[in-house]
Formats: sequence, structure tokens, C-alpha cells
Amino acid sequence: MARALSPRRKLISTLAAWTVALIIFFPVLWMILTSFKTEPSAVAMPPQLFTADWTLENYAEVWARSDYPRFFWNSVVISVGSTLLGLVIAIPAAWAMAFVPGKKTKDLLMWMLSTKMMPAVAVMIPLYLLFQRLGLIDTKFGLVIALMLMNLPIIIWMLYTYFKEIPGEILEASRMDGATLWGEIIYVLTPMALPGIASTMLLNIILAWNEAFWTIVLTTTKAAPLSAFIASFSAPQGLFYAKLSAASAMAILPILILGWFSQKQLVRGLTFGAVK
Amino acid sequence: MTKTLRALLGATALATLAGVASAETTITVATVNNGDMVRMQGLMDDFNAKHPDIKVEWVTLEENVLRQNVTTDIATGGGQYDVITIGTYEVPIWGKQGWLESLNDLPAEYDVDDLLPAIRGGLTVDGNLYAAPFYGESSMVMYRKDLMEAAGLTMPDAPTWADIEKAAAAMTDKSKEQYGICLRGKAGWGENMAFLTAMSNSFGARWFDEKWVPQFDQPEWKATLDTYLKLMNEYGPPGASNNGFNENLTLFQQGKCGMWIDATVAASFVTGKDSTVADKVGFALAPDNGLGKRGNWLWAWSLAVPSSSDAKDAAKVFIDWATNKDYLALVASKEGWANVPPGTRTSLYSNEEYAKVPFAKMTIDSINSADPNAPTVKPVPYVGVQFVAIPEFQGLGTTVGEIFSAALAGQKTADEALAEAQAAVTDEMKAAGYIQ
Repeated sequence: MARALSPRRKLISTLAAWTVALIIFFPVLWMILTSFKTEPSAVAMPPQLFTADWTLENYAEVWARSDYPRFFWNSVVISVGSTLLGLVIAIPAAWAMAFVPGKKTKDLLMWMLSTKMMPAVAVMIPLYLLFQRLGLIDTKFGLVIALMLMNLPIIIWMLYTYFKEIPGEILEASRMDGATLWGEIIYVLTPMALPGIASTMLLNIILAWNEAFWTIVLTTTKAAPLSAFIASFSAPQGLFYAKLSAASAMAILPILILGWFSQKQLVRGLTFGAVK
Repeated sequence: MTKTLRALLGATALATLAGVASAETTITVATVNNGDMVRMQGLMDDFNAKHPDIKVEWVTLEENVLRQNVTTDIATGGGQYDVITIGTYEVPIWGKQGWLESLNDLPAEYDVDDLLPAIRGGLTVDGNLYAAPFYGESSMVMYRKDLMEAAGLTMPDAPTWADIEKAAAAMTDKSKEQYGICLRGKAGWGENMAFLTAMSNSFGARWFDEKWVPQFDQPEWKATLDTYLKLMNEYGPPGASNNGFNENLTLFQQGKCGMWIDATVAASFVTGKDSTVADKVGFALAPDNGLGKRGNWLWAWSLAVPSSSDAKDAAKVFIDWATNKDYLALVASKEGWANVPPGTRTSLYSNEEYAKVPFAKMTIDSINSADPNAPTVKPVPYVGVQFVAIPEFQGLGTTVGEIFSAALAGQKTADEALAEAQAAVTDEMKAAGYIQ
């Protein structure tokens, strides 16, 4: 049984947790604050916090200069689409690896993960040519496929870990009751692994939302998501940090809200099976 | 003719007309995010009114990402872009590769002879104009008139490096965080090496001799680097090895630099509303050493049509609109003469209204004093003032830039840096087959 913490230790732990959280969140906070400053105030040295000239002008200009709703919608379609498609492929794959493992299952899992260690730029030209021949450049469908492929190893790994926690006897019992293979996966396994599937889904939506290499390389105008929207505000000559911050804030806000509301689910899923 | 037949013929004619009316060509324009480009996007109503049959879609990207995406697209014949924004570094290389469409057939009203000769020369390969300049720039000295006056000095219109050193020493007061000179120190072929390569030209140095043998072991490069390090170590701001264009702009705008030698386009920023020293800035040509070449560069952001485009005619119509004389007049009428894209046309500099812009004369004088086809005192086999127009230069420039930036940070001496640069560039040039 866990020992109860003394009030003093509890206070110290809370303070430590808040300090770490603030350090981690500080860059995002600073970016959001910068987005409300004027350009000279944004680059002032020493940095200004309480003496800054606050303004909403940056948001107005970013909104006026870009078709934000289109970029936003593309991000939603691409991140949700690639995650759902990934789950459709990953659930049966993870089921097979968790409940009917072969001699090489572990090797296969490691190999899949090793593809994530390859620098993306190494496969840029082959993938670009493939997409070009198939007419998938600058299409949302193409990006759904690309991001699904990028994140599939992670989805399979996470689901495999969750499925391993589910007693095989329950699945056996369902089989004895006459469940078919798909019935077993859809009606027995999936509901039991729902927290794990939900956290996998959330994490992959976040990964796909933040992806900024392929989404810029494989798009031009029609399918460009919010990562391309941010890139369009980066300037080599001239100080436009406040506008860049406003564009970045507009791009991360939806995913920040999603992460905030689903944090319990995320933490639960990510720590699933951590303590036995 | 029966009524039915007439009706059918009429319907067919209407359908044909409707088809023609809706035959809209869409072109994709890839560009960088800078003030002039943003301004152009804001003036698209004029283009749309004149060319309702052409729809323009924009892709705005960071400079290096744009370069990567456009290179990939052209090299693979993708045809994603119909108009691309490229610099003077890419035009000679891509033009030779056959990646760009010749713009020799632009209409006579475009008046190609009005383009500034230095800029036009940098965009022409074997007699073919491969890109139309949207704005051109050089580099010059921007200095604080008040600090010079307080020091009892006068900045010549065409200073020498000795003048610069004297002024830097006189204006430095580190106790007040006031530094005599701010120069680029951040590593990169378009960062510190743009400045140092241009500076080296005025010292008689060159990247390669006529046989592509690297020249960093020659006394001219030693003099260049020694002068640069002395200026920056004694009169420059702390942490200068991290400073690029934007960092130096901030320092100058906040009154911390006595001088800043950088792009002429910075003139509008240091005299603009965000600058605390806007009314105290003077301009002079980039310094020289009396050898016939000044330490200023030449760059133009230009519009080109990739050979992979499937809407080349519409793309040329757009380029004509965006870079002709009428466009300059359009910007002037909407935003004032100070906001007209500079450095492309001779006629702009004979315009009386434009002559009133404080940095106009120094900009054109700077541009005219740079020649990309004869950039150095001694002969060279390459084109380019602050770069060498060969595909390997991006990598080479960045490698040498990192070595020189480390020397500025005090991690190595000038001699060590030059020896390292010579070895690194020699290896690369051997691997690329330029030398044995």
C-alpha cells in the first residue's frame, strides 16, 4: 500500500511538478505572449513582459493574409484520416502479434520501429516520385496515406503493448462461445482495449497535426495544412516574429485544446500496463 | 430550318461560349515571405481585373524550404509550380541545366533594355533571360550620423576599410552597450559567407583561381579574415558569431551599432517606424581597399517559369505584370515611392519622385558597382559576387562559414581557420571532379 505523503512533502512535490510544467510550457507561453506584442516590442532587449505594447493587429494581419480555414480543414482531414486508416490496419496487425505471435514477431516489431529511425529526407526523392506518378502530390488523400505510413509503426507498437495486457483467456472464451475472428476483434478485444486505442488515436492525431516535413514537401496549395501555413510566415529579411508567433499560435491552438481536454485519457493510455 | 434544329444550334453555340468563358487557367506562384512579395499579393485585384482568365494561387515558404521544394519539383519534372521566386545564385545554374523557360519572348512593352545591366547580366545565360527581376539589392554601409558627428568624423560616400576601422573605434563605447560595427557572424552560405565573400573581393581575394584551385591559402584571404576578426573582436557586439541579418537589424534599430554593412533593403527598416534611430542614419558605399572592387554584393529575387510548368504562357503574363514599369507605378500610387520594389529598372532611378527617397541613390550606386560576371580583382572561372554559381557552393559556403564563425567565436585562429577552409574546399572540389 502506498504511504501517505506528509503535507510538507506534498507541497514540495506540487511545487516541483508546477515548476517542471512551467519550464516545459514556457516556450509555448512566450510564443503566445509574443503574438500579442508589436514587432519592436517582440524583439526588444531585454525581453519585455509587462511593459510590452499589446495588440491584436498580428492576428488580424495573419487572418487577412491567409486562408486560415482552408489550412485548418486540411489539417483536420489529414491528421484524423491518417489516424483512422492507421487504426484499421494496426488493430488486426497488433492482434496477430499479441495473441498469435510467431517466431519472428519480436524481430518484425523491431524492424518496423527501426524504419522510424531513418531520416525522412533519405526517402524524399523516391516517395516524391511515387506520389507524382500516382497523381497524389498536393492531395489530402496522398497525405493521409503518407502520414499513416509514417506513424503506422508507432500505432502498431502502442496497440501491441495494450493488447498484451488483455488476458488471452477472455478471447478464448469468446471463441468457445462461437465468435468469429472479426467478431472477436470488433466485439471483444476493441471494447476492452478502448482506453489504449483512444490514447493511441489521440497521440497519432497530435503527431500527424505537427508533422512538418512531408506536409510541406508533398503539398503546394490545395492540400497544404497548418504546418505550411506557419512556414509561410517565416521571413529571412525583416523582423516579423510577432506575426510568426500569431500564426503559430493559431496553428497549435486546436491541438492544444484537444490535448488539454483529453489529457486524462492520454496519461491513462500512456501509463497503461506500466505498474503491475 | 426547323425550330428544333435552330434551338439545338443556339444551345450548342451558348454552350461553346460558356465553355470559352470558363476556360480559366490556374497558375501556382511559389514565393518567399518578404515585404515586397506580400505587397504584390495585396495588389492582385489589378492583375485579376486585367486578366480575368488567369487565376493565381500562392505558395509562400521560407527561403530554404522553397529552394528545396522547387528543386525537387523541377528535377523530377513535377510541374507543381508555374512561377517560382529564385535568386541570382540559382538562375545561372538552373538556366544551364535547362530547368527554366527563356523569357526572351516577353512583349516589347516590357522593355527588357530598361532592366539594370548588372541585374540583367546575372539573370542571363548564353543570351537567354531566364528570370525577370522583382527586386534587386546590393549591400552598403548604414551608419549613425549623430555618433560620427560626436566623434568628430565624417563618413566618405565611398569609404575605405581603413575609414571603417577608424569610425568603428571612435564610435565604440562598450560601457554603454554601443558597438562601433555590426556584421554578420552566423554561419551559412547566405549569412556570414555572403558578407565575407563580398568583403574578400575588395581585398583582391577569390574562392578559386582560373583552374578551380581553392585560394584560402593566399595572403588576400588572410588579410580579409584578419580585418574582419579585428573589427568584430575589438568593436563588435558580444556573441556576434550568432548574428545574422535579423539579429543585426534588431541591434541597429535599438541604437547599439555605430555601423552596419548589409543589404540595401535594410535601409527601409532602419529608417522605418520600428527603428529608434530612424532619423539618424546615413548611407555610404561598401568599403574598398583601392583595388578596384568594393565589398558589396548583388542579389535579385526574380520570377522565373520552370520548364516543367504546363501553363507557361499564363505564367509569362503574370511575370510581365509583376515586373514591368506599370507595376512600379501601381505600387507608388497605392503605397508611395519608398515602397516600390527597388533595384530592377533604370527608369525608376531617373524618376524625380523616386530620387527623393533617401536611400535611392546609394542603392543604385551600390548595385552598379557590383558585376557578377567579373566579381574579383583577379580573374575567376565563376559567376557571382557573394557566391560561386556552381551547385556545390551551398555546401561549400556553409562549411567554410562554420569554420569562420568558429574563428569569430574564438575557437580557432585566423590561420587555423584558413588552413581548415583550404583543406575542406580542396577535398570537396576533388570529389566533385573540378580538380585532380
